Amino acid sequence: MAEPDAALGGPRPPSNTESMSPRGWRLAIVLVLGLVFSAGPLLFSSYWVGLLTQMVILAILAMSLDILLGYTGLPSLGHAAFFGVAAYAVGVLATVHGAGFWTCVAGGLLVGTLLSAVLGLIVSHVRDVYFLMITLALGMVLWGLSFRWIPVTGGDNGISDIPTLAAHSGLPFAGPLALYYVTLLVFIACAGVMALIVKSPFGLTLRGIRENEGRMKSLGFNTWLHCYLSYVIAGAFASVAGVAWAYYNGFVSPTYLDLTASSELFLMVTLGGPATLVGPVLGATAIVLLKNVMSAYTARWLLVLGIVYIVTILVAPKGVWNLGPSGRSR
Amino acid sequence: MTYLITQTLNGLFSAALLFLIASGLTLAFGVMRIVNIAHGSFYMLGVYVAYSVVLRTGSLLLGALAAIVVVGSLGFVMQRFFLRRFGSDPLAQMMMTMGFALLFRDGALMIWGGDAFTLQYPPGLSGSMEAGEVVFPLYRLFVIFVAGLVGVALWLVNEKTLIGARLRATVDDPEMASATGINVALLSGLVFAAGAGLAAFGGVMGGPILGGYAGIDFDLLPLAFVVVIVGGMGSLKGAVAGSVVVGMIDNFGKALVPELSYFTLFAPMVLVLAIRPRGLYGRA
Repeated sequence: MAEPDAALGGPRPPSNTESMSPRGWRLAIVLVLGLVFSAGPLLFSSYWVGLLTQMVILAILAMSLDILLGYTGLPSLGHAAFFGVAAYAVGVLATVHGAGFWTCVAGGLLVGTLLSAVLGLIVSHVRDVYFLMITLALGMVLWGLSFRWIPVTGGDNGISDIPTLAAHSGLPFAGPLALYYVTLLVFIACAGVMALIVKSPFGLTLRGIRENEGRMKSLGFNTWLHCYLSYVIAGAFASVAGVAWAYYNGFVSPTYLDLTASSELFLMVTLGGPATLVGPVLGATAIVLLKNVMSAYTARWLLVLGIVYIVTILVAPKGVWNLGPSGRSR
Repeated sequence: MTYLITQTLNGLFSAALLFLIASGLTLAFGVMRIVNIAHGSFYMLGVYVAYSVVLRTGSLLLGALAAIVVVGSLGFVMQRFFLRRFGSDPLAQMMMTMGFALLFRDGALMIWGGDAFTLQYPPGLSGSMEAGEVVFPLYRLFVIFVAGLVGVALWLVNEKTLIGARLRATVDDPEMASATGINVALLSGLVFAAGAGLAAFGGVMGGPILGGYAGIDFDLLPLAFVVVIVGGMGSLKGAVAGSVVVGMIDNFGKALVPELSYFTLFAPMVLVLAIRPRGLYGRA
């Protein structure tokens, strides 16, 4: 699913011209995304720079889910929880305890990652739909906590007045443009590390588990440990996104953890193309764009989102990245 | 002591509602391996449809019937045209139901608006019953009784009828079942529709107490999921056990530590998963 099996060789005479088409399609996607994300902010208004910042942060989050969903084959429906918990940690540390910038960043990353390390112990021995249901339930348990544990989380009102990046860190990053480029740097670093993980022997083992866990087990791999680590890694990168979001938005509320958020993430990965890493970036970009453009015209955003789900599954079940002119015939 | 009895009865009431929702969820999972995110929406639509009918006719019974028929048919259509084609792909099915869950929520908001409401009590059941110190609303006892009846009826259908035998065969091995001439596709559709209808009926039953509001679908869905996880996916017996466990814990949790409600569900889930990963009555 991940890559065209060109490396396998063998007789594929008619597909020679066809295999160029998805490649051209993908090249076009990468070029457009690269251009927009690198130079776009210099041309756009600050509203659009804000949207691009959202896209980049959610792209980190969607990529982290892709490690779990696409590469390991573990469909998590509670992934937004780590994002939200990390953002909450930053919020609580910064506003209630008056902690400094680096304490907040470290605290957010630590709380999110530790949470995934604990929950990973519970979920790592279940698979498939069971994994789906259990992560959904765990995610909603955490949502309930954020919603009802009012003394700490502020309940439905959330936590506002998280200081801006420039004010809090004392670094010269004032304004949306600077914030965007800092976020972009974080994104590039995360994407680089995730790409390395996915390409490493560890990442290949994850794919092996996705394809046939029994065989990997009999080859001597500790599949439980691999799934566990995959879960924790995904949780750690989701925490990075959560910390970035807290500083971008200055506000955290329970809606960041709820089922709609988690399934929107799921949609980003599926829409873009699971097990590709680029796909989730594409998916995150598309969903953020759609959400903001649509909500300018209609209050019925959920209706539109529901239709996007259904159309995605019907038309591009393997994601836009794998679409291309001949992509569907594969 | 009085407090304990009252809270236990309240817990049983929650368990009764949860059973009505979760039994359909678990049966659909058993037959089709489907994780239905729209199942809470069926409950919600049930309340709303009943509300509209009650407003026009004044009859709660008609409202309940309409809710079951309308939502059941909706489930059948959804399964027939949108889920069946993804027979072997649970993720695609899940995404599909997610899409429908959002459609239903926004659709309900469009049609019925965002105001919360409650259904009226059935005639003669709005009072309460006194037994010594304990005062307990009649209606809650009625719901517990009805859920018990539904449970017995489901058990009878499952164990004593031909369709139940076909159902059990399909749960065990869909391919073999279809090879022996069982119309698995039709059976799946009927089970899904019945599950939707049951959830809608649950909505009507819960209507006088919980009422209907935007967001009730996703409020109840995780509870139903925890029931199915604890009880074991695909097992009717598990749905009974899971409903009682979750109903009790949720109710006592809300009464004793309100700020941690929901979080109290964490404990039974983790315990069961650690000891029996497939749930109390789940099959490996």
